[in-house]
Amino acid sequence: MVPRPFRVKTVIQETHDTATLDLQPENPEEEFSFSPGQFNMLYVFGIGEVPISISGSSNGSDGFFHTIRDVGKVTHALINLRPGEKVGLRGPFGNPWPIEEGKGKDVVIMAGGIGLAPLRPALYALISRRDQYGDISLLYGSRTKEDLLFHPEFEIWKKKHGIQVKDTIDTGDRSWKGNVGVVTTLVSRVSFDPSNCIAMICGPEIMMKFSVLELVHAGLAEKNIYITMERNMKCAVGFCGHCQFGPAFICKDGPVFRYDRIKPFISTREL
Amino acid sequence: MKTLESVLIKHPFFENLDEPYLKLITGCAANVKFESGQFIYRQGEEANQFYIIRQGKVALEVCPPGKTPVTVQTVNEGEILGWAWLVPPYRCHFDAQATELTRAIALDGKCLRQKCEEDIKLGYELLKRLLPAIGRTMEATRLQLVDVYGKRD
Repeated sequence: MVPRPFRVKTVIQETHDTATLDLQPENPEEEFSFSPGQFNMLYVFGIGEVPISISGSSNGSDGFFHTIRDVGKVTHALINLRPGEKVGLRGPFGNPWPIEEGKGKDVVIMAGGIGLAPLRPALYALISRRDQYGDISLLYGSRTKEDLLFHPEFEIWKKKHGIQVKDTIDTGDRSWKGNVGVVTTLVSRVSFDPSNCIAMICGPEIMMKFSVLELVHAGLAEKNIYITMERNMKCAVGFCGHCQFGPAFICKDGPVFRYDRIKPFISTREL
Repeated sequence: MKTLESVLIKHPFFENLDEPYLKLITGCAANVKFESGQFIYRQGEEANQFYIIRQGKVALEVCPPGKTPVTVQTVNEGEILGWAWLVPPYRCHFDAQATELTRAIALDGKCLRQKCEEDIKLGYELLKRLLPAIGRTMEATRLQLVDVYGKRD
């Protein structure tokens, strides 16, 4: 429960309002590991603490990448940290994406906006054992072309690892030659066997709701669809109840859930 | 070389359509090609055709006065472009521009409209097929309006 000190090694400016922090443990003796989908609580001293998904392992060191969008006081402070500055870190928390369950199957990953950040480690994990999976698709929706995350990696995922990468933006100008429209329109543009496939979705809840509908329409069973939920978190270990979602706590029982298990609560307004 | 009928029969839009109707529709169809940057139709023009995109991509644009054009949707391979041919006042609502070399089957909507008036079953069959596409477009538009990726209050 006590934050451990980490230092910012580098700051990668991803978009106008999103940055990736490479955080290294101050004590290099400490060992850290995480599973794709897990999150850490990042504490900016004197300002506050927020849950941030891990967006990758730092290359050749013990650190983590955290991709953060400037949406409030703490996230604003986080993305304005400079190399060498210190933060507190608790974690990793939560359960992971179903990487093992996907073995021998096709995998569809659907992300919207900053939702690609928690899915990137899942994609890395699939790529690291590429021969154990069938067709892998990444369907990514964003607001504008300037908001696309990790865009330079798309070509590598496509060409080097044979991932079907399709991206789309909500509106564009003539300089954009790609797709315009909502992310759900991309489902029919990739090939997968719905009877032997799992899907992982992360993004705003409305986007996830319609993505599930589209995947079910394409033949995927609800039990093979996983989504990640987000609620206000405080303790991150299931004590405080801030992130209670129906009978579950997002921090402890999630953030990744099998869709059919939380479906009744998704459309409950008060939750 | 594939005949127009063999292409149309495999397209989901015409799935399970009675053969005589398919023959009639094939009679109203032609292969067309658009170079990158070429306009397929402009907003306000008579909507006398619709297209089945076989290859390429088409951007639907609105051009607010004094501003640069905004693309609101792209139509890709296998998808249908245009539905205004079946709905009064039969005018195009957007500019449609090929963003890359695009091959399509153009269908004479004006002719089909007349055939639908004469044969209500054909009209119903076409509406049944077109309505889900319009519904999907409307649903997508609502999601775009919600601005799901925008910052929350």
